[in-house]
Amino acid sequence: MEYLLLFVATVLVNNFVLVQFLGICPFLGVSKQVSTSVGMGIATTFVMVMAALASWLIQHFILIPLGLQYLQTLSFILVIAALVQLVEMFLHKSIPGLYRAMGIFLPLITTNCAVLGLALNAMLRNYNLGESLVYGFGAGVGFTLALILIAGIREEIQFADIPKPLKGQAIALIIAGLLSLAFSGFAGMI
Amino acid sequence: MYNSLVALASMGGLGIVLSVGLVIAAKMFAVESDERTEQIETALPGVNCGACGYAGCRSLAEAIASGKAPVNGCPVGGLAVAQKIAEIMGTITEAPARKVAQVLCKGGCEEAKQRAEYDGPKNCRVMNIIQGGDKACTYGCLGGGTCVEACPFDAMYMNENGLPVVIEEKCTGCGKCVEACPRNIIILVGEEYGVHIRCRSHAPGKEVRQVCQVGCIACRRCEKECPVNAITVADNLAEIDYDKCTVCRRCVAVCPMHTIEAQEGKPEIPAKIAG
Repeated sequence: MEYLLLFVATVLVNNFVLVQFLGICPFLGVSKQVSTSVGMGIATTFVMVMAALASWLIQHFILIPLGLQYLQTLSFILVIAALVQLVEMFLHKSIPGLYRAMGIFLPLITTNCAVLGLALNAMLRNYNLGESLVYGFGAGVGFTLALILIAGIREEIQFADIPKPLKGQAIALIIAGLLSLAFSGFAGMI
Repeated sequence: MYNSLVALASMGGLGIVLSVGLVIAAKMFAVESDERTEQIETALPGVNCGACGYAGCRSLAEAIASGKAPVNGCPVGGLAVAQKIAEIMGTITEAPARKVAQVLCKGGCEEAKQRAEYDGPKNCRVMNIIQGGDKACTYGCLGGGTCVEACPFDAMYMNENGLPVVIEEKCTGCGKCVEACPRNIIILVGEEYGVHIRCRSHAPGKEVRQVCQVGCIACRRCEKECPVNAITVADNLAEIDYDKCTVCRRCVAVCPMHTIEAQEGKPEIPAKIAG
């Protein structure tokens, strides 16, 4: 029950993109089509779960015993980057179709601040391993949800008669703002 | 001092462990790839337009490296790119046949009759669905400029008359505009051909006259005039067989509606008459 609550809270109430404003770059960059945003969302979710696991291990077996918590940011970035590389190699070898479909998104996840934010947040809140994993998964699902929502809307407005100065990224930012406003309605639910 | 040493050692250690892990993983998951693929990919234009018939420059590079596609498979890059790739593959090549887009409609705002005011989105596909746009002719250009938007090379623009114009020097023959046009009035033609029947209307001559000043009325004069039988009139429309056309321009002179148009700077091809 506790885990379920944490999951819902991470997906909706504290949505990484729309409430905490993390990972805005892929949110605007890869949200023109629903199909690509689904791929990006799944890849990010996978990396987030792996990052939650790896960062927890680093924190509890290296940083805390040595009293080096102030090196969290550095070590987490290192681990996440290595992890993404590993995932990329693995996909290239075993599932080349998926590798090609994801293309440039995969290496881009390395620089997605939502992944780093997740690792740092989980440590800040002193989650245990199970909670960290659920938190990571929830963050990924929330990210995917936000991405699909905005991609769906952007597909719908493609043929709309948008005033010229607002075309492209400008209207996307306005949509993002409105979506964020909508998600603020979940505040205080849990 | 002690603290910073521990920090240095642990982070350095972490880095080394991860990098060794990655090296091992790279060996384990190594994918054998033809190094020529990379070289060919860099030689290609990299716009991923799909004119070659493959999904993108990367796919074409793979196909060329494995011998499935010819070295001059990229129609966009032309001779320069073909030669570079030929060098990589160790063969020689000739220039790929260059094709350019031709718009087969002359009915702009002036020539074509308007039957309604259209105030919706300026997009040909939308216009085509909404009662077929504002022009009375149901075969011609809608004037929404979707082909111009689709062009990745800025080789098209809309003129004041509401018709798309192809800048042939910039056109690479990628076919994006051909796909974009819901009326199928844009075709790819070898660049040497300079005579085009710019109408796609299958309506009977009388109807064409009512809606357009420059449409094909299927009078068959061009068919009779053509010395190499390159023009045939079928289903109320004259069509040109470019494989036979010698660009002699005789049809241009006899066309009463001035539908057939000759382009400047494209000379006659006399070799074909003998053959």
